[in-house]
Amino acid sequence: MFEIQLSKKLHSAQGDMLLDIDLQISEKQFVALYGKSGAGKTTFLKMLAGITEPDKGRIIAGKETWFDKEKKITLSPQKRKIGFVFQDYALFPNMSVRQNLEFVLPDKKNKNFVDELLEITGLAGLANTSVTTLSGGQQQRVALARALVKQPDLLLLDEPLSSLDNEMRLKLQDELIKIHKHFGLTTIMISHDTSEIYRLADTVIKMDFGKIVQQGSPDLLFHNHQISGKVQIAGQLISLVQNDIVYIAQILSGNNLMKVIITKEEAEQLNIGDSVLIVSKAFNPSVIKYKA
Amino acid sequence: MWEPLLLSFTLSLITTAILLVIGVPLAYWLSQSKNKLKPVFESVISLPMILPPSVLGFYLLLAFSPNNFFGKFLDQYFSVRLLFSFEGLIIASVIYSLPFMIHPVQSGFQNLSPSLKDAAYTLGISPRKTFFRVLIPNIKPALLTGIVLTFAHTVGEFGVVMMIGGNIPGVTKVASLAIYDEVESMNYDAANFYSLVLLALSFVILLFLFNKKWKTKIF
Repeated sequence: MFEIQLSKKLHSAQGDMLLDIDLQISEKQFVALYGKSGAGKTTFLKMLAGITEPDKGRIIAGKETWFDKEKKITLSPQKRKIGFVFQDYALFPNMSVRQNLEFVLPDKKNKNFVDELLEITGLAGLANTSVTTLSGGQQQRVALARALVKQPDLLLLDEPLSSLDNEMRLKLQDELIKIHKHFGLTTIMISHDTSEIYRLADTVIKMDFGKIVQQGSPDLLFHNHQISGKVQIAGQLISLVQNDIVYIAQILSGNNLMKVIITKEEAEQLNIGDSVLIVSKAFNPSVIKYKA
Repeated sequence: MWEPLLLSFTLSLITTAILLVIGVPLAYWLSQSKNKLKPVFESVISLPMILPPSVLGFYLLLAFSPNNFFGKFLDQYFSVRLLFSFEGLIIASVIYSLPFMIHPVQSGFQNLSPSLKDAAYTLGISPRKTFFRVLIPNIKPALLTGIVLTFAHTVGEFGVVMMIGGNIPGVTKVASLAIYDEVESMNYDAANFYSLVLLALSFVILLFLFNKKWKTKIF
């Protein structure tokens, strides 16, 4: 169990803001941190990691106190059992893939663990390559493998997949789930991608202007008006074209583009870029397997 | 014949070595600091770049003089006289060349992603190990620029050594002063010898700097 109460005054582009968070996270939860840029998500992760010092509050991780302002306890980032994957990966450019991992290995004799991590993340073949020559997806894997070398309890991911293409994203999402389960981690991930959150997280925390505004399962947060017996697909309206008396709406959901015919009355309510739901009133829609 | 040149190179080597030891940590501190007085420090460090060397030399002359506080203090407690001595030249060169080490190295540190340091810390690496094994190896081109510029700039100094060195052969008569001396005594061949060596050296250094492999932003 992680008990987190933190507050810090931030000077952001929108003016001064009070980051104020009171949160409990159970072990082995996969939490998605969601919200506008500048809501304080990255600062929150950095406070958990000990990179940024909060003004007030405490962080209790199981039986350990990582931070307690009143008791004047501040554990250095080195001593917290965390793995942090940065948005820009922050790989050490002067080292190879293997060296990036071995450099941070606490027990230098335990080289088998490095091999195991390279194997799990599919990097064994690239072990002796310089990290500067890797693709985005490969760099992301190295960053993830490196963050696990210390065998952390808490894995912090700052938009780890945001700069990757869709195919690579889906692949790495699978790997993240695998790793999260394999190592019994508690994971907190910043993400802006609803479909990603659906696939990975069991809890979503929505932040706005330094505060937690909503918290719950992805279903509760994104589809709070769910009606059973209906098919719902969430997406974004890409284009709207009139065709005789009907309109054709193109809606992007995940990486699927769908064309839907809608009426003039429906079309008048919508603007390009809106988040929309495709709702089918069919009682039993067909579900067909196309790939095992 | 070679004495003034050797003296110049010795002075430059020692100055560069000292500036590496004090300049790199100072440049790192400047790159990280959010201190309100930082612009003041930066201005003081950069002063030798725009100040006429004779001005710097004049004030060092006053400071080193045994008649004044600092010079008297050194003389009485350490029996050290910096005026007209090689040690004095070293101290003056360190001050004079400070910005040429600090600027490239500081900008090298500033161009590193801040998450590099944060990542190392969260991965359990101590600040000391992070500095020497992660940060320093990744600013190598900037470090090299700093070393080369400092060395070259010290070889080329004239005004400061003229003011405080006293032009003593074998002690403070460096190559740039020797050229001036030889010209004064109409000895153009000797002046040409020193000048050619310095010209060739400067060209090689610049060639080295502009070589694509090591090309970095200096300022």
